[in-house]
Amino acid sequence: MRSGSAGAWVLPPLLLLALLFFYPLLLIVREALGGDGQVPGLAHFGEVLGSRMFRSALWNTMVIAALSTVGCLVLGFVLSVLLAFTPFPGSRMVARLIDTFIALPTFLVALAFTFIYGSAGMINETFVHVLGVARPPVDFLYSQWGVILSEITVYTPFVMRPLLATFSQLDPAQIEVASSLGARALTIVRRIIFPAALPALIAGGSLCLLLTVNEFGIVLFIGAKDVITLPLLVYDLAIQQFDYASACIIAVVNIVLSLGLYTVYRFVLARYGRRRAGLV
Amino acid sequence: MKSPLGTGAAAYRAVAPAADRGSGIAFDGVSVAYGGVTVLEALTLTVNPGEIVALIGPSGSGKTTALRAVAGFVQPATGRIRIGTRDVTDVPPHDRNIGMVVQNYALFPHMRVDENVAFGLRARKAASALVAARVPEALAMVGMAAYARRFPRELSGGQQQRVAIARALAIKPQVLLLDEPLSALDAQIRRSMLDELARLHRELPDLTVLYVTHDQIEALTLADRIGIMRDGKLVAFGPAQALYRHPPNRFAAEFLGRANLLPVTGLEPAADGMARVRFGDVALTARNHHALPAGDECLLCVRPHDVHVEPHADTDNTLVAVVRSIQWQGDTQSVELALGEHVLRLACPPRLTLPGIGDPLPLHFRGTQATLVPVGAALG
Ligand SMILES: Nc1ncnc2c1ncn2[C@@H]1O[C@H](COP(=O)(O)OP(=O)(O)OP(=O)(O)O)[C@@H](O)[C@H]1O
Ligand SMILES: [Mg+2]
Repeated sequence: MRSGSAGAWVLPPLLLLALLFFYPLLLIVREALGGDGQVPGLAHFGEVLGSRMFRSALWNTMVIAALSTVGCLVLGFVLSVLLAFTPFPGSRMVARLIDTFIALPTFLVALAFTFIYGSAGMINETFVHVLGVARPPVDFLYSQWGVILSEITVYTPFVMRPLLATFSQLDPAQIEVASSLGARALTIVRRIIFPAALPALIAGGSLCLLLTVNEFGIVLFIGAKDVITLPLLVYDLAIQQFDYASACIIAVVNIVLSLGLYTVYRFVLARYGRRRAGLV
Repeated sequence: MKSPLGTGAAAYRAVAPAADRGSGIAFDGVSVAYGGVTVLEALTLTVNPGEIVALIGPSGSGKTTALRAVAGFVQPATGRIRIGTRDVTDVPPHDRNIGMVVQNYALFPHMRVDENVAFGLRARKAASALVAARVPEALAMVGMAAYARRFPRELSGGQQQRVAIARALAIKPQVLLLDEPLSALDAQIRRSMLDELARLHRELPDLTVLYVTHDQIEALTLADRIGIMRDGKLVAFGPAQALYRHPPNRFAAEFLGRANLLPVTGLEPAADGMARVRFGDVALTARNHHALPAGDECLLCVRPHDVHVEPHADTDNTLVAVVRSIQWQGDTQSVELALGEHVLRLACPPRLTLPGIGDPLPLHFRGTQATLVPVGAALG
């Protein structure tokens, strides 16, 4: 095909793309700026962004996303190192199983956790009925800790996948040479494995951060009263209070945050190369 | 060309603790099995302090496995391994005080050259003054002092290999294990690295080296003694020259420098360690190094360059063979001949005029340059 005619071919899909993806985004931005094509109402913008409700949701979102991501990184790194370097019978199966978690809807874990840790869940039932404890002793689930635990469970595989790919490419001779030089397991993890894993950790971590900032299902399912995050706030304002203007303003903040994190993620991939980040 | 090796070796030796001088390696009936399949069978072999022993053998014969058993990466099913006077069979790898160099170098890619070399010292919690002294020494010894701040990816293959050697030597290991260290290099660099390894060992005469290779030139150039492996067994072991001149069995004769092997009968011992044998109707003489008994059937082993076309005054062995092919290889002509149903190879000077393919060619060799090899012997 000649390059001159290429433009015409590309145009329809581009238009479709614009209609499907960018037009809705544009509507949100327009609504946020005052709606109805009026002069952009920056005053309302400031009002919403200055409100306690927004600032507390922003704070919650960032704390939950940051702690969940750190948890995913630590847990993912430890599990990946164990799976990759201390192979036991069935370790490949376990890795596959963890991988399939990526396919599951996120809120399922929150639902499962209510069965386990919830006020009428297995653990509390055991305490109340078998041991005769008066009130359910385990009640962390309906707080930000419940959200964080669920998010760590759901998103750790997203860190493990690039890590395991990286580790499978790590030359085992490096580890053997290191140990013949006198390095023990922890030194090898710290000085050989961790530096090799760094690109994958950064890539996996920024992906986690991106996903946890936008997490909606888990927060909704846990349903803790005082854990309101940005996506939940948007939902609350728009669907329950019909305050579309405020909802869209917060949505814009959420979009900016996401795009920023996404830029970091792409930057890391480009910087270290997809291969080294384990995302071949 | 001025050799980069040797500059730091004197200083290196000066700091070597006396206790580290000369530890040998001893395999004592070491067997290794993977999932029920024995890949190393009752290996018994001693590497003397300061000696270079090369293990050679075809692919899959268990050379690497033997080396990894010394390093502690495979656990023998039976047998003991000693380094110096210490039984290390149950000692973890990090505690064995071994220097190891592998085929693909395995440099740590995110560390600069000097950090790579310092790794072993740091892992052993060496004082920083010692690290600061030892790293430049080790780098100077392999001629890489100028590259200390480079990353491995910024070095050529040969340079990476030098760094890998410096990294192994920096901890002053009791023994150095080399697994096909030159096989990833092209022929020319391999040749010069080989010279430098030989020089390095002259500079560090106390260093005990176990060298695994499938290249007989490397083994013959470097090793004091050579072990030949086949199917997990040591089939020959001895000083390099003796093994080459008097191979103890057919496999050793063929693997170490392609030998001509002719089946002979009717052995009659003669004076001066010689013997008379018969090849068909032809009477031949050869050395009876292995003292084979009278009447024995055995193989007569003669190297291609010891078979001559021009007659010698004192040649006692004459054969007539038919030329099958001639390959001109620059400094020699390699001629393949048919001797009845047997194949005979000879290497002759490049200018010699040879008859055409299919023509008969009279051949001669000296009895003192041929040796008798027992048939079917495992280890001589
Ligand atoms: N980790 C392993 N698991 C199972 N079998 C193995 C393992 N490592 C080696 N083997 C087998 O052990 C045998 C000896 O292998 P080894 O690596 O010692 O051979 P080698 O003499 O070094 O060969 P090469 O010249 O090809 O390097 C081979 O048959 C190989 O398939
Ligand atoms: Mg090998």
